[in-house]
Amino acid sequence: MTELAICTRQLTRRFGDATAVGGVDLNIARGQIYGFLGPNGSGKTTTIRMLCGLLTPTEGSVDVLGMRIPDEAEALRRRIGYMTQKFALYDDLTVEENMRFISRIFGLGRAQTTQRINELLEHYDLVAMRRRRAADMSGGQRQRLALATATLHRPELLFLDEPTSAVDPENRRAFWEKLFDLVDQGTTILVSTHYMDEAERCHELAILNLGQLCAQGSPARLMHQLGGRVVEVHGPKLRQAKDALLQLPQVQSAAQQGLALRVLLREPCQDAATILASALPGGEHSFEEARASLEDVFVASTGDNPHAERHQ
Amino acid sequence: MSAIARIGAVADKEFRQLSRDRITFGMVVMLPLIYLLLFGYAINPMVRDLPIGIVDLSGSAAVRAITEQVRVTQVVDIVATYATPAEAEAALIAGEVRAVLVFPHNLTQRLASGDVVAQWMVDGSDTMIGNALLGLREMPLQLEAGVPVGAYGPRKPSFEVALFFNPERRSAVNIVPGLAAITLTMTMILFTSVALVREREHGNLELLITTPIHPLELMIGKLLPYVLAGLVQLVIILGLGSVLFSVAFQGSLVHLGVVTVLFIVANLALGLLISTIAQTQMQAMQLTIFVLLPSVLLSGFMFPYEAMPVAAQYIAEVLPATHFMRLIRGVFLRGADSMQLLPDVLWLAAFTAIMLAIATHRFTKTLD
Repeated sequence: MTELAICTRQLTRRFGDATAVGGVDLNIARGQIYGFLGPNGSGKTTTIRMLCGLLTPTEGSVDVLGMRIPDEAEALRRRIGYMTQKFALYDDLTVEENMRFISRIFGLGRAQTTQRINELLEHYDLVAMRRRRAADMSGGQRQRLALATATLHRPELLFLDEPTSAVDPENRRAFWEKLFDLVDQGTTILVSTHYMDEAERCHELAILNLGQLCAQGSPARLMHQLGGRVVEVHGPKLRQAKDALLQLPQVQSAAQQGLALRVLLREPCQDAATILASALPGGEHSFEEARASLEDVFVASTGDNPHAERHQ
Repeated sequence: MSAIARIGAVADKEFRQLSRDRITFGMVVMLPLIYLLLFGYAINPMVRDLPIGIVDLSGSAAVRAITEQVRVTQVVDIVATYATPAEAEAALIAGEVRAVLVFPHNLTQRLASGDVVAQWMVDGSDTMIGNALLGLREMPLQLEAGVPVGAYGPRKPSFEVALFFNPERRSAVNIVPGLAAITLTMTMILFTSVALVREREHGNLELLITTPIHPLELMIGKLLPYVLAGLVQLVIILGLGSVLFSVAFQGSLVHLGVVTVLFIVANLALGLLISTIAQTQMQAMQLTIFVLLPSVLLSGFMFPYEAMPVAAQYIAEVLPATHFMRLIRGVFLRGADSMQLLPDVLWLAAFTAIMLAIATHRFTKTLD
C-alpha cells in the first residue's frame, strides 16, 4: 500500500480540440485536505471526474488508493465518496430515505445502515430534518445531507466538488469544521473551490488555471514564496495610478482593494518603492510591503488576476 | 410594434433551440415521412390473405374445385389441412389459422341437392376477420365451367359460417383486450423512457454512477415497480371491460398473468433503451410516440395483420404489441394457453432480453 492517496502523471483530457486538463502531475498524501483552487473552467471538475473513473483520461496515468484508474474504477467506488457540484440526491425523497437508499446501494446491512444514519444525522445536525424532503431544505442543510450521505460507507477518500458554492459564510465555516473531523478520523479529502479563504484552510493546494497545474504546495509555503513581491499603494486617483503602474516592466499585476492598490512585482525587490514611485510622479502616494495573500499566489502563478482586468 | 418585436424574439429563440435539439428536429421531418410511407402502404382495411385451413371429410374431387374458387377471391390463403374438425379447432385456438373450411362427408349429396356445401369455422375474436369471411357465405360456386352449383334447385348460401369465440360479432369483444395492449404499450414505455433521463436532468445520475451499482441492477430495479403498475392497468381494463361490455374471459388467469408480465417487461425494457438514447424528457416522450403509433396501427388492433403487405408485417413482428395482441386475444377470448402460443411468448422474452442487454451496454458508468 502506497502512502499517496492519489498520484497522477501527465494527466490529460481533451474534448475535441479543447484541452480541459493538460499534463497534470499530482502527489496527494493520505490524511489531509487537499484543495484544487481555480476559476470556473480551470479543469477542477474534469480532474476530479478522471480521478473517480467517471471520465477516461486522454493521456497519462492515474493511481488512486493504489488502484489504476479507470481500469479498477469499479473496485475504487466502494472506497470513495463523491459529492457532486450540483445537489445529486433525490429532491422528492426525505433525508432518511435518501440516506437509506445510498446505504443499500453500498451494501450496508440493515442494522449498520440504521446505526450509521442515526450517527450521521446527529453529527450533521439533521435529526429534526429526518422526515423532511430534500426539496424543502435550505442550501446549508442540503449540503450537510450530501456530505453525510457521501460518508455513509466510511470512504477512505472523499471528493468534494465545490461543496460550498450554494452556502452562506457561516455554514461554510461549520462545514469545514466537519471536514477537519473527517480528516481526524483518517479520511483523505480532495476539495475543489474558487474561494481563496477556503483554499487557505487546506493542508495542501494545487492551483489550476486553463487546465494547467500552476503551483502546488501548502498555502503557507506558497504565500511565503512571494516574500518581497507584494506592495500596497495608498494615495489619490488609484484607477489612474493603476494604469501607470501596469506600464512598468517590473509589475505583473495591480488590483484595487478598497482604499489601496495591491501591486504584484515579477521579482522580489528591495527598492520597490523607488521603482513604483517613478511611475507615479507628484509624491502623493505611499508604498508599503505587504504579506502575500493566496490571491497574490494565484495571480503570480497563473499570470492572471481573477478579480481584475487581465494584464497583457 | 414592440409586441411584434418581442414575439419575433421569442419565435427566433425557439427556432434556434429547436434546430439544436437533434432528436426533436429529426422528429419534425422524419415522423411524417416515415409514418406516411409506413401507414400509407401498410394500412388496408380490405381483408386479404387470411390464413385458413381445410378439413375434407368427403374425399370428393369437388373439394379441389371449390377450394380453388375460394382461394382466387384472395380473401384467404390456404396454409394447412387438418384431418378432423377437432384438430382444426385446436389450430384455431392456437391462432395458427383464422378460419377453417370443413367439407362434410356427404358433400356429393349436398352438391347434387343444392344444399349448403360446407361450413366455415371462423375465429370471431377479430370482428373484421369475421365480417370478411361472412362475405364469402353467398359466393357462387361452379363445379364445371358455366354451371353454377345449385343452379337447378332452390337458392341457398354456399357456406354455413360458425363464428367461434364471438358469435354475436360484438366489437367490444375484440377491442377490450386490444385496448389493454395499447394502454400498456403507451404507459409502460413512457414510464421508463423518462426514468434515466430524469435522473440525468436532475443530476442524480452523476452520483449514482460513482456508487458500486451495476448498470443491469439499476435497469432491473427501475423496471420492477412499473410491472406492478402495468398489472393494475390490466386488471382495470379487463376487469371493468368484462363487466361493462360483457366480454367473457375464456382462459386461465395464470396464462393471462404470464403473457401480461412478459409484455409489460418487454415494453419497460424498450422504454429503458429509449431512456439511454434521449437526452431530455421531451425527446423521450417523442420517441415513445414514435413507437406507439405503429403499435396501434400495425399490431392488429385496428386492422388485421394478415391484410398488411409483407414488409409491414415484418415491422409489426418487431413490435411487442403485435405479439401481445395475438397472445391476449388467444388467452382471453379463445382460451388458449401459453404453450399453444409459444412463438409469441418466446419472442417477447427474447425482445426483453435484447432490449435490456442493449440498454445496459449503452448505459456506461462514465461521463465520456
